[in-house]
Amino acid sequence: MTGEALPARLVEFTGALREHGVAVGPGETVDAAAAVDVLGLADRARLREALAATLLRRSGQRQVFDALFDLYFPAAVGKSEAIDATSDTAPDTVARLRDELVAALAAGDAERLRALAAAGVDAFGQFGPAGEGGSGGAAELSGWSAHQTLELVRPQALLSRVLQAMRSGGAFERALAEQQARAAIAGFGEQVRAEARRRTAEVRGRDRVARHAVPPPAELVPFTSASREQLEQLRRTVQPLSRKLATRLAARARRARRGSVDLRRTLRRSLATGGVAMRPAWRQRRPGRPELVLLCDMSGSVAGFAQFTLLLMQALADQFSKVRSFAFVGRTDEVTELVREGAREPENLAARIMSQARLTRWGTNSDYGESLDTFVSEWLDAVGPRTSVLILGDGRTNGGDPNLPALRQIAERARHVYWLNPQPEGLWGTGDSAARRYARVVPMYECRDARQLSRLVTELLPG
Amino acid sequence: MQQPLFSSVDEVVERLAGAGYLASNAVATTVFLADRLGKPLLVEGPAGVGKTELARALAQATSSELVRLQCYEGIDEARALYEWNHAKQLLRITAARDERWDTTREEVFSEEYLLPRPLLTAIRNAEPTVLLIDETDKADVEMEGLLLEVLGDFQVTVPELGTITAARRPLVLLTSNATRELSEALKRRCLFLHLDFPSPELERDIVTLRVPELDVRLAESLVRVVGALRGMELRKAPSIAETVDWARTLLALGADTVDEQVVRTSLGVLLKYQADHRKAMTELRLDSLLDPASP
Repeated sequence: MTGEALPARLVEFTGALREHGVAVGPGETVDAAAAVDVLGLADRARLREALAATLLRRSGQRQVFDALFDLYFPAAVGKSEAIDATSDTAPDTVARLRDELVAALAAGDAERLRALAAAGVDAFGQFGPAGEGGSGGAAELSGWSAHQTLELVRPQALLSRVLQAMRSGGAFERALAEQQARAAIAGFGEQVRAEARRRTAEVRGRDRVARHAVPPPAELVPFTSASREQLEQLRRTVQPLSRKLATRLAARARRARRGSVDLRRTLRRSLATGGVAMRPAWRQRRPGRPELVLLCDMSGSVAGFAQFTLLLMQALADQFSKVRSFAFVGRTDEVTELVREGAREPENLAARIMSQARLTRWGTNSDYGESLDTFVSEWLDAVGPRTSVLILGDGRTNGGDPNLPALRQIAERARHVYWLNPQPEGLWGTGDSAARRYARVVPMYECRDARQLSRLVTELLPG
Repeated sequence: MQQPLFSSVDEVVERLAGAGYLASNAVATTVFLADRLGKPLLVEGPAGVGKTELARALAQATSSELVRLQCYEGIDEARALYEWNHAKQLLRITAARDERWDTTREEVFSEEYLLPRPLLTAIRNAEPTVLLIDETDKADVEMEGLLLEVLGDFQVTVPELGTITAARRPLVLLTSNATRELSEALKRRCLFLHLDFPSPELERDIVTLRVPELDVRLAESLVRVVGALRGMELRKAPSIAETVDWARTLLALGADTVDEQVVRTSLGVLLKYQADHRKAMTELRLDSLLDPASP
């Protein structure tokens, strides 16, 4: 790359980052340019780190950054160097590629895996009219598909062969090998996707690919549409947030505690300053423990959100000393014990809650009126003056009575009540949504993705 | 502009290695940039990946003095910047009964009665300094405001003495476990480094560097087990320090292979929670010996 092209490329790159929800200001771009200036362009790995250090601000952004970096600062053009270097051994049939893949996975040969990913895309990933980046309609339709490649190669199905090739002895060795092999296979899939993106970008133009093929960062994936893999990532994002929430509530209690002067200790302390009370000693009280009650909608309309709700429930149960969780669909039941037991096996927790707790009378439609009613009549003693109540749900009553008095009753007893709604604010109050009416009783916040949740926890919740 | 500490990224790697710290590409590059661009470096990441250790190694590698400010909830200016020694001032005032007030006043607000805290110490130090601001996320937001001011211009104003400007810019490292999002303003002033657990190769090298008596093959399988543990969703993943501890334990036990017997007896060195322990036992099938029915 020439010296003149670089600033332009850098600006394009930061623009793409911005489009993917990574806030990069002009100041950062200038820093990045300064970094490139002192570092030079010779080493691509270092260039990547330098740009990451100057452009990124939080850890969750790294995946998007890496995907875009590969597009805007590609290691190679056309076929990957990796295949050219090993062209005589580049596999030409799916069976041969799979054989080679097994060997590379078993040996843990990262270099070879990258070459195979490139070779796989090159051999089996092309679709549309062939040709080296023609213009117009043909280019629009052609490209390289990671999906197509992975469908053919099916690396997941290689697990048992890889394990066999690793020839591990006892049960422990096998378990260890399996962990490793699974991670390596997932990594291979990622490399195939990166390679396909890179090659497609050459045909269709970087901007288009950057816009459509690079997935958004985990923190911007809506809870309601997260895939299994994304939920796994979300779990990692939500975990520290719950700790944050806990420390915030605790910190507030500590600040509120200050206020009254401990006269005896102040006088004792003043001896050091010749009887002048320079530093007052504050009375210390035993720390009060914040209590939390979670009230969660588990109905079909918020199925994806319920997954997230469970994540949050579990994460919070770890952090607070006293958390009681309640789930509702048509009526409310306590699920505290189920959540606690589910910590070991989070995958099927939702199913177990649905089957073991009494959440419905009939159907899977939520009935907010009835649910709030059962909560108030059976569990209201769970809410006290030190309790914060967190309600998670979309507030869609399916035409039923929203039962505002019950919510008001909860709000009167609790210290705080917050309502997190997974639907965009624009939809509140439309159709059968009673969100607007509930929002007049307790503060309601739109909470669709991890970033909004993080904002809620750090800025809004301490009231 | 003062003389940079390092002339190239490779030199960073080399000199840190000399101080017993094996730096990854990311670490070396960002450290080099922090030095060259004169910006503070914010290091974020899980506990036990060597954030504090990096500062210590940097100080040693550049023969600088390490000044450490440990943040905690409620830390204030008096603890971070400077404080007047009130007790000593009062003594001075009581001792000077016959003196004119003007003279006394001049006297009690002089250098002698100033208690410099880490930030002021780092700024006044004429020798090369590494300033470590540890666990920045524990401090309150007000503290971040103070840091902004100090790290922005590297100067401090003491009303009675005037402005003190850094004789020599310290190399500043801030660490954070990300329990709280730091303010945008602070982040914008810093270079950002996300420090994660090292790659298996790097961790193996770290272990062999710290425990040289350990067989390389043994170190390799040890790192493999630690990697598998980190891949699980544990409450607290084993840190590098714990890997090293484990290596020492294996050495003390006289183990020559990492088999299930060894792992089962010494897992407590790596995992500190009962629940994690149980999870690791099932996922690594360490309980199979107790239960002959399972394969």
